[in-house]
Amino acid sequence: MTLSLFDQFLSPVVCWIPLVAIAIMLPWVLFPSPTTRWVNNRNLTSQNWFLGQSTSQIFLPINPGGHKWAILLSSLLIFLTTMNTAGLLPYTFTPTSQLSINMGFAGALWMGIVILGMRTQPTHSLGHLLPEGAPAMLTPVLVIIETISLFIRPIALGVRLTANLTAGHLLIQLTSTATLALLTIMPVTAILTGVLLFLLALLEAAVALIQAYVFILLLSLYLQENV
Amino acid sequence: MADKAGSLAFVEKNLGNVMLKELPRWLAGRNLTPTGLVRGGYDWYYNKYINVKKGGIGGISMFLFGYVVISYVWSFDHIKHDRWRKYH
Repeated sequence: MTLSLFDQFLSPVVCWIPLVAIAIMLPWVLFPSPTTRWVNNRNLTSQNWFLGQSTSQIFLPINPGGHKWAILLSSLLIFLTTMNTAGLLPYTFTPTSQLSINMGFAGALWMGIVILGMRTQPTHSLGHLLPEGAPAMLTPVLVIIETISLFIRPIALGVRLTANLTAGHLLIQLTSTATLALLTIMPVTAILTGVLLFLLALLEAAVALIQAYVFILLLSLYLQENV
Repeated sequence: MADKAGSLAFVEKNLGNVMLKELPRWLAGRNLTPTGLVRGGYDWYYNKYINVKKGGIGGISMFLFGYVVISYVWSFDHIKHDRWRKYH
């Protein structure tokens, strides 16, 4: 019996340990905590430098009150980047291709940000439902539209990440199956498909990093509005 | 002396350096809980391959290769249905 295309998104279990548990522990292992030494090893120094750069870049437009969220968003960035890129290795399982994990992150964080904004500065938060400079006649329609767009944000965040990764993995599997199948029948077409597969893999690597960054960036934008 | 009973240096000796008659005392001093074993293994690998002066790409590559192998072992029962066969 052959496997269907979507079977790569199942998490196999051995001795009651699912592979997703090992995959989720990967960021904890790959990113050691800094020591109290003055000069750490190369690995740690480069990781901390990169993380510091990206966090300060993301938090540049946010009020100082929102800087409390720095540790949450930067650890989420590490988590998503590691999950996405580790999923590109052969035979591995990508937890972020599951809707459950992504919706868990997106829904909880979005709701936290919105509730924070509504509690600390309700007028300012509700004011975002009517963009500045809009014609007065459109106000009723615009408020409805902006409310809908507000409530669709967590769904969009979660589904965007899931769909991008799932689609990428599916495409890679399809193209590689096609390459293998064509190898004996039409070798030249197989070589062309192989080139396509190589380019697709490069794209997937880029998508993995970009999608994680977009997730964090959008959350920081929502935070900027509400904090 | 590294062999004094109850000293930290005694417990931290490698298994190869422990005398047979001192084995129970050495074992009692080591952390043999599952958490302790995992932490011990992590510390060993980290200090041997990553926390060195000129650590390169080898440390992480070996780990990722092991991760790929573990993933293969975990999914073998599922993947074995997808072998190349003339008749499925």
